Amino acid sequence: MSGLVLHPGHDDLHGITVVVTGSSGRTYLGRWHEKGDRGVVMRDVAIHDPASAELSLEGWLARQAKFGVASTEKTFVVPQDEFVGVRLFTS
Amino acid sequence: MAYPEMMIKPMRDEVTRLGVTELRTVAAVDSALSDQHGTALVFVNSVCGCAAGGARPALTKALTTATKKPEHVYTVFAGQDLDATSRARSYFGEYQPSSPSAILMKDGEVVRFVHRHEIEGHSPDQIASELIKAFDTYCA
Repeated sequence: MSGLVLHPGHDDLHGITVVVTGSSGRTYLGRWHEKGDRGVVMRDVAIHDPASAELSLEGWLARQAKFGVASTEKTFVVPQDEFVGVRLFTS
Repeated sequence: MAYPEMMIKPMRDEVTRLGVTELRTVAAVDSALSDQHGTALVFVNSVCGCAAGGARPALTKALTTATKKPEHVYTVFAGQDLDATSRARSYFGEYQPSSPSAILMKDGEVVRFVHRHEIEGHSPDQIASELIKAFDTYCA
């Protein structure tokens, strides 16, 4: 693969768009930056909150997949106690 | 934050050497995309090695091997040519900003938007395959 990598030294998920599941029921969609003591740091994050969302999680993810991640947070930290799991957001 | 031009020049060159027209000003974008007829691919270049490192070789493969191709191929550089990139995105309707990405347009409408999340973690061959599939569907 050609191209310069300008931010070496990060973990394998760095820069990859992921779906993070939260213990609160919220779902966080955005680019994984790093996992540290504070939790998971993500970039350009959209959040699905079942308490206020118009769409189901599946419908919301499908819309994000088609039209792109409608981020509301430039940087967001998912706290350690909120973090349940992570999966890739690939089509 | 823009990177020094000398650092990104190879990334520009990797695309423009294919004959892709680089749009670096708002006026250039408007000239290319306003009242757009036929098919046009807009490649949103990026410094990100995670994704753009796969996207640029994929573009090369798609444009050099596809049987059907867009009539016009343009590129803007996200994070570098900010105004031009923002203007280009204004032509993409409700699609969210994404870089790198590749947007196939037909008669002014987006018909296929290959987002960054479809590029990350995929090989150049896989990405090229998606582009060629779109070319086959929408290009003459």
